[in-house]
Amino acid sequence: MAKYTLNVNNKAMTVEADPDTPLLWVLRDNLNLVGTKYGCGIAQCGACTVHINGTAVRSCQYPVAAVQASKVTTIEGLSPTGTHPLQLAWEEMDVAQCGYCQSGQIMAAASLLKNNPNPTDADIDKTMTNICRCGTHYRIRKAIHLAANTKTTKAAKL
Amino acid sequence: MIGETVSRRDFLKITSIAGGGMLIGFNLLSDSTSAAAIADGVVFAPNAYITISPAGLVTLMAPNPEIGQGVKTALPMILAEELNVKWDTVAVDMAPLDQKYGSQVAGGSGAIRSRFMPIRKAGATARVMLISAAAQQWACAETDCYAEDGFVVNKTSGKKLGYGELAAKAATLPVPNDVALKDPKDFKIIGTRVPNIDNHKIVTGQPLYGIDTRRPGMLYAMVVRPPAFGKVLKSFDDTEARKVVGVKNVVKAGKVVAVLATSTWAAKKGKDVLVTVWNDAGKLESTADHIAAYTDMVNTKSEKPGRVDGDVDAVFAKGGKVIEAVYELPNLAHAAMEPLNFFADVKENSVELYGPTQVPARMRQEVSKALNIPEANITLGMPRQGGGFGRKLQADNGVEAALISAAAKAPIQMLWTREDDMQGDFYRAGALYKMKAAIGADGQIEAWHLNSAALGGGSAVADSFPAASIPNFRVDTHTFRSNIQTGPWRAPTSNIVTFADECFMDELAHELKKDPIAFRLELLDKAEKQPTGKVGYNIEKYRGVVKLVAEMSNWGKNTKPNTFYGFAARFSFNTYAAHVAELTNTNGVLRVTKVYSAINCGRVVNLSGAENQVQGAIIDGLSHALFSKITFDKGAVIEKNFNTYKFMRQKDAPLEVIVKFVPTEDAPTGLGEPGLPPIAPAVANAIFAATGKRYRKLPFELGKA
Repeated sequence: MAKYTLNVNNKAMTVEADPDTPLLWVLRDNLNLVGTKYGCGIAQCGACTVHINGTAVRSCQYPVAAVQASKVTTIEGLSPTGTHPLQLAWEEMDVAQCGYCQSGQIMAAASLLKNNPNPTDADIDKTMTNICRCGTHYRIRKAIHLAANTKTTKAAKL
Repeated sequence: MIGETVSRRDFLKITSIAGGGMLIGFNLLSDSTSAAAIADGVVFAPNAYITISPAGLVTLMAPNPEIGQGVKTALPMILAEELNVKWDTVAVDMAPLDQKYGSQVAGGSGAIRSRFMPIRKAGATARVMLISAAAQQWACAETDCYAEDGFVVNKTSGKKLGYGELAAKAATLPVPNDVALKDPKDFKIIGTRVPNIDNHKIVTGQPLYGIDTRRPGMLYAMVVRPPAFGKVLKSFDDTEARKVVGVKNVVKAGKVVAVLATSTWAAKKGKDVLVTVWNDAGKLESTADHIAAYTDMVNTKSEKPGRVDGDVDAVFAKGGKVIEAVYELPNLAHAAMEPLNFFADVKENSVELYGPTQVPARMRQEVSKALNIPEANITLGMPRQGGGFGRKLQADNGVEAALISAAAKAPIQMLWTREDDMQGDFYRAGALYKMKAAIGADGQIEAWHLNSAALGGGSAVADSFPAASIPNFRVDTHTFRSNIQTGPWRAPTSNIVTFADECFMDELAHELKKDPIAFRLELLDKAEKQPTGKVGYNIEKYRGVVKLVAEMSNWGKNTKPNTFYGFAARFSFNTYAAHVAELTNTNGVLRVTKVYSAINCGRVVNLSGAENQVQGAIIDGLSHALFSKITFDKGAVIEKNFNTYKFMRQKDAPLEVIVKFVPTEDAPTGLGEPGLPPIAPAVANAIFAATGKRYRKLPFELGKA
């Protein structure tokens, strides 16, 4: 066991964990940030997606020892008020069915929009590799476009 | 059910912190938080589903397990409709297991179908009683009053009283047995688009699911179970497991061994170093053996054919034109995104259970039996569930958790790894279909013979279309007895047989040089005008969805280059579904770019949720048809995780899924499942249109065409 001070959602948090513990389980078990989900444990499904310094990462394959001074953002910290354009778009498009994979989907999409504010369908195809077992892919795609448009419209108005 | 709960009217005395008359945004509360907002005092609770506090807070109970099918939103919508309250002012709570809620099941696409009328009556009863209370207060006739948006209004004076103000009075009134339901033309909520009640919690990552359960003193449990069907535990050595920092205990629970630790990761590490020895206790079966056995089986007649009209053999013996095709479908896993888990706290003679299940009553019963603790001493609460698809119709996860808690004498949260989940499923049985048809000299289908074999369970629905439209018709099914567990998987039986039925139908249409849709309409006409035997479907409704989807997809008139279309339809769970898949060929890469779907599921309760179910069922079915299969090698699953058990990603998903519901006043029918069965054959038929090649085996594993 070792002690780590992590920057999670802009707060310094100290945890005690084995160095090989995936960040996923540190978030869920040590920090009680359970919005990040376990789905496969082998970085295939993306239910565990968080941001490390703003980039989407699958936290089930990211050992806590590797985090160091990086900024970790989870679904709980994506927006302090839960009003990130993607969160609003997800609600407006009524995307979720079971909802389990959606926090990972939103985190993956947030990383996409950060690098590419107006993604095409081809961009979404390339970047959005998370699994949704309920089949909400079509609504996810629509919600990403909606969030991008909202952002663009807002930016244009400013 | 409602009659009973209505007669059990009770006056709930809620002693809790004061709430006040806040009415805005209570949708965002829900799930027990609403109880805290109810002011101290008498609450109007005319039945199990509705409570109204003097402060005016309306709390509606969602009685059925929510596995992503949307009933936690749709059932309370029905209550709110009859109660005449604004949807965005109500709080919704997930009901725990309690007989006062009747049958609490997520399965068979049955929640809306079975509860629509009883739930309406529950809502209407409360409304009528509130009107009576107001009439008494105003000393006027009830007919002078009406209820609207949470108020009772006096028609003559225009005065209004809020439901909260009427709650105490209404609670003293006798509960009427027979109340008038609203005229559906006055519906304001049913039939509209209402977003999923938990949306905000979902998109902000709040704890909602069984896996998120955290309790004081709780240990995390990981389980070591047989590595293959046919193997049982002989012995284990936990020396190394107990050395893992954080591991608190290792217990044998039933037929498995559980490692208990202070974190999931410690439990996982303990599981990984636990030494187990397994005995061969039965056959170690492989998929190749199953296929070989099926191939023999489908060449023999079954002792009890599902349906026999006329004499197919006599027609085949005549020596006319006979078409044959064999279709093969793989085993599938349920693989819900949330792996199986359960919380259990077993005390000397009581149990607390909390976790994902589609059958809470069965779960409690089986835990009671396993622990020899009376059901009355077992509570069971249900979180939102990260998918079900039929896997949680089994009770094994809760029973396992309860046995572990009992053995460890501690509250535990048991979690399966994805690999556990893939090896420990009750699989969708793989199947083989031999289809054979005879075409008469007049170009009509004279005989149709379906002969199938599957790993456990049914593989045909005997009276489904085209039964009744063909004079000689026979259905034979065979079951391979296996020690590999199989069980219901979204749209059981229909999810396999539809592929054979609807692909073969397309083959026959092409053989006859007829348009596949026109060909089906011809057969439907035959079933109507000269039916043979029982007609197991409503011809008018079947025809309705076929015609609607043809119209939606501009069937037969599309001129887009490199674009091809396939059609299939199915009647299942009392619902009619017809799909057209649009397939685009881009430099040899095929992609289903668009799907059109016409559905007749009776009255739609939640338009957004209903559409989402059909869109999801289509993508779910397409994903499995393109990629997924479970293969056994000596009882062990080869596809142990999502690197080999593949699901669709965005790059393979349709860019559009257009769903239309046939407008109807009929009572609602099932919707969680019926959208799935026709998609695989619709796509197979589109692939034929694109390539001239018949793909008769799932998954398609298309790659480059």
